[in-house]
Amino acid sequence: MRIIAISVVALALLTASPALAQQKPDPAKVDAAVKASLKTFPAPPEVWQPRLDADETMRACAASDNSPPKAVVDAIAKRERGSIEYPADGQFIGDWKKGEATAQSGYGLRSTDYPATRANGGNCYACHQLSKTEVSYGTIGPSLLGYGKLREFKADEVKIAYEKVYNSHAAFPCSLMPRFGSNKVLTMDQIKDLVALLMSKDSPVNQ
Amino acid sequence: MTFGFRPLLVACAIFALGSSALAQDSDAATEKAIEKYRQMLKEDPWSNPGLLDADRGEGLWTSARGPKKVSLEQCDLGKGPGNVEGAFAELPRYFADADRVMDVETRILWCMEKLQGFDRAELIKRPHPGGGQPVKELGAIATYVASKSSGMKYSAKFDQPKEKESVALGEALFVRRSGPFDFACTTCHAAPNTRIRLQGLAHLSNPEGARKVIGEWPAYRVSSTHVMTMQHRLADCFWQMRLPEPELGSDLTVALISYLTSQAKGGDISAPGLKR
Ligand code: HEC
Ligand code: HEC
Repeated sequence: MRIIAISVVALALLTASPALAQQKPDPAKVDAAVKASLKTFPAPPEVWQPRLDADETMRACAASDNSPPKAVVDAIAKRERGSIEYPADGQFIGDWKKGEATAQSGYGLRSTDYPATRANGGNCYACHQLSKTEVSYGTIGPSLLGYGKLREFKADEVKIAYEKVYNSHAAFPCSLMPRFGSNKVLTMDQIKDLVALLMSKDSPVNQ
Repeated sequence: MTFGFRPLLVACAIFALGSSALAQDSDAATEKAIEKYRQMLKEDPWSNPGLLDADRGEGLWTSARGPKKVSLEQCDLGKGPGNVEGAFAELPRYFADADRVMDVETRILWCMEKLQGFDRAELIKRPHPGGGQPVKELGAIATYVASKSSGMKYSAKFDQPKEKESVALGEALFVRRSGPFDFACTTCHAAPNTRIRLQGLAHLSNPEGARKVIGEWPAYRVSSTHVMTMQHRLADCFWQMRLPEPELGSDLTVALISYLTSQAKGGDISAPGLKR
């Protein structure tokens, strides 16, 4: 995956557009332009203002076209891994039916979702194929059809799936996938439901 | 521009579409409807409902309006006051009178404020139409102006220092990640042949990909049955990014449009286009 990413970057440089030849603007100027333009949101400022800031991981990823050098990759993985919280009882598997609903729902945190009327969704189908019966799926992420079956429903794979959804950058720095747990988009219970969707034998993902 | 009997045909087209695109929120149905539409457009280019808005925009451009009761015919879009033909093809550009770079909508906003005396704050409060509502006046004027470059190629030079700065800022904004989903424009627009659910994503970091689509804006959007401008399109993407709505005419929106337009340089303009 990483090799592909690197060769894509190399290709992008070879076919560099005129825009790329220009000098990069001062990051403070970029941040200022964001703050000066994004001011209207139907919730109190403390809800949306922090969204305008890019954290260290986002900055490192943006600065390198999502392919930072090895040392930065390692630093991101370590930092993001550190933000993962685990269920106290060591139980990672919730209810796949609820997981399917969360995977379908794109609700939450958009300007039209205030005041909130239900739980946030993960919108997994926006980027992934999951259950065979849902044909309206996106392709930014890999197909997850048969995810658990392919991994023989192994216990360590259950934990890997939990960590992936909780914080995608821990295993794949600069992933395009949101950090659902660390960014507090989804609750721990919702993530467990998604792990059930991915990893349980009776889930439609594995039929 | 006059339509003669055309509006009738357009009305039929909207009706044929409405049953599938409006009633149910089904991507497949919408795809089918747009295919039918594209076919119709090929047979009769005048059947694009967006042309009604271009027509409305022309009327707005030439009528005396606003507190100062003047038309926009003294508005300089870069080719001298009142020259609309081909002006859009060279936008965004630097305007000395405003001392900043402007895209078509930002420039029209400026003219509506400075020449006609409209209240800028009022114009940018709710600048974009809701689903099913017609494009607002500013957007209709932009549609008219863009249509007057239809058939031409994007040729903005971006050779002035402030123009170069705007493109570079736009590129930095295009890759900048922020918000609870960690999204940047590149999350969705930096690879070929990807889609969100069933909606195909334009490959905008690639000049060829940009040239294919940017020249179709403003566009009549079949799924929301109205003309959507580029500023509106960006606002919709910010909505998906869980970020606040970008202010129409802000440096951020102008920079992103400068970047996209520089990517699309040399591409054909066919505005108003037609979109899913
Ligand atoms: C904006 C796009 C996007 C969204 C939304 C998204 N993902 Fe992903 N996902 C990706 C990409 C890209 C990858 C591949 C890179 C990586 O592993 O991080 C991926 C990888 C994964 C993997 C690892 C696949 C493997 O082969 O190891 C799992 C599991 C996963 N996603 C689950 C989910 C779940 C569950 C959700 C919803 C809660 C979700 N994703 C939402 C883009 C997305
Ligand atoms: C989470 C995904 C996502 C992100 C992030 C995103 N967009 Fe989009 N964008 C879309 C989708 C989906 C469409 C097409 C919608 C449709 O089919 O109606 C689209 C359409 C567009 C189009 C029109 C392309 C065409 O086909 O004519 C432009 C231009 C655009 N986006 C620019 C941007 C810019 C600039 C940013 C960043 C500020 C951005 N987008 C961020 C999902 C996204």
